[in-house]
Amino acid sequence: MGEPPAGAGGPDQAPSAVVESVFREERGRLLAALVRRFGDLDLAEEVTSEAVEAALARWPVDGVPANPGAWLMTTARRRAVDRLRRDQALAARLAILQAEADRPDLAPVPAPEAGGDLPDERLRLFFTCAHPALAAEDRGALTLRYLAGLTTPEVARAYLVPAATMAKRITRAKRKIREARIPFRVPGAAELPERLPGVLQVTYSIFTEGYAASAGPRLQRLDLAEEAIRLARLLHRLLPAEREVTGLLALMLLVHARRDARTGPDGELVLLDEQDRARWDHPMIGEGRDLVPVALTGGPPGPYGVQAAIAALHVSAPDLAGTDWPQIVALYDVLHALAPSPVVALNRAAAVAMRDGPEAGLALLDELADEPLLRAHHPYPAARADLLRRLDRPAEAAEAYRAALALAGTEPERALLRRGLDAVTVTRDEAGP
Amino acid sequence: MKYMLLINAGAVDADGGAAGCEVADWMAYDKQVREAGILVSGESLADLVTATTVRVDRDGRRTVTDGPFAETREILGGFYVIDVPDLDAALDWAARCPGARAGGSVVVRPVAEFGG
Repeated sequence: MGEPPAGAGGPDQAPSAVVESVFREERGRLLAALVRRFGDLDLAEEVTSEAVEAALARWPVDGVPANPGAWLMTTARRRAVDRLRRDQALAARLAILQAEADRPDLAPVPAPEAGGDLPDERLRLFFTCAHPALAAEDRGALTLRYLAGLTTPEVARAYLVPAATMAKRITRAKRKIREARIPFRVPGAAELPERLPGVLQVTYSIFTEGYAASAGPRLQRLDLAEEAIRLARLLHRLLPAEREVTGLLALMLLVHARRDARTGPDGELVLLDEQDRARWDHPMIGEGRDLVPVALTGGPPGPYGVQAAIAALHVSAPDLAGTDWPQIVALYDVLHALAPSPVVALNRAAAVAMRDGPEAGLALLDELADEPLLRAHHPYPAARADLLRRLDRPAEAAEAYRAALALAGTEPERALLRRGLDAVTVTRDEAGP
Repeated sequence: MKYMLLINAGAVDADGGAAGCEVADWMAYDKQVREAGILVSGESLADLVTATTVRVDRDGRRTVTDGPFAETREILGGFYVIDVPDLDAALDWAARCPGARAGGSVVVRPVAEFGG
């Protein structure tokens, strides 16, 4: 069996790569519109690629058409019709699909944006890619592939798996979508509260993987975080009235605004209290901060809105001591009531330590000692180590640092923990006889 | 599109029911499925103690054994085959099924389609 050629791009990649980047947005809309029309992701994907290829060949010669989106759509539809003529079995299946697909959708379909000449059907695709019937690990991959427009090798790099593995995963997930008939539809108003959190979770997990990579030499993978923000912006545009979408976008912006200050010149992790606040992205902070009241107004708060409010308090403080810790603790109380989790309890304990002192924080952390979810979560022993160090209990602090070191996934995190460990072991040696 | 709902009954009390899945709940559900016009077939299975397993080996010898007995807490207790437009609709019907409550679960399997 022959290997496929490695670089599928071809020799004249450079000029077309420029045009390709222009297409990225259009391509997603085209794909979603074709999926809507044919109810088949494979067919839509294939003819989308063919239409884009045709555009790359023709536009430099004939000039860019007045309505590029309409041109792409017409071309793609013609290719699809050709394909269906050739493949009678597929045509028969799609005919059945088409007849059954006209389920009424209760949610209003977003109005097309001004200027766009393609209907925006991408919200449907978001819900399909994040469908709870798909494996959690595949939802992010599908979302990156079909909504962020990444290639399969790019998605593979995002999840640090070989391209062939990712291709298999995506193929398997697409097969489930097709054969179990996971629909391309926006859930109705009654279902939306149950389904939207799944879409937000997928987007946020792409972001957190970018923000604090779970493994690898680098702490942050900013391209991935930026893809997630792009996705959140798109969701926010498609669902402007959903406050948790607003909250998610605000949270991501407020966290991402600190990206440049989070790592030092050698890629080492810099914690909040040592960050150079001049290196924060202040326009991005402004944008995120403006979204927080929108996310928290007009109904009970949601978990992303509350987390965004916490992030806004962090970036609004002049320094760590000047941070409004009582308010942050209060917000963690709200968050814990909305979405109780050991990780929230851990963060709350750290905030209590800032408000009431390390002893109070440590007492709360020790209550979490038996949480199975924290057992392999290095921030837990790292937080304990930090408080034990501040309480001048170096031996216990060293033990906690070692526990954290054994769990931390990226080199910058390990380097920071080693520095902490060195500090407490030196202290102990000096204090010894 | 046809989907089979495989109903794994959860905890059952002495009367053969549990909270949210009393006999009346099952009857109401069955009526809903019939009235929605989606029912292809459906049966409730007799108690597991009545089950018998048959295996045929390479030489064509038949082995018949009593059981299986419940090795896990979830036992196939019945099924529906329904014809609905897509997985979301099938999942909605599964979620309404009393068998999904009280520690039970409903596995949704698309029925394979052969040919065009």
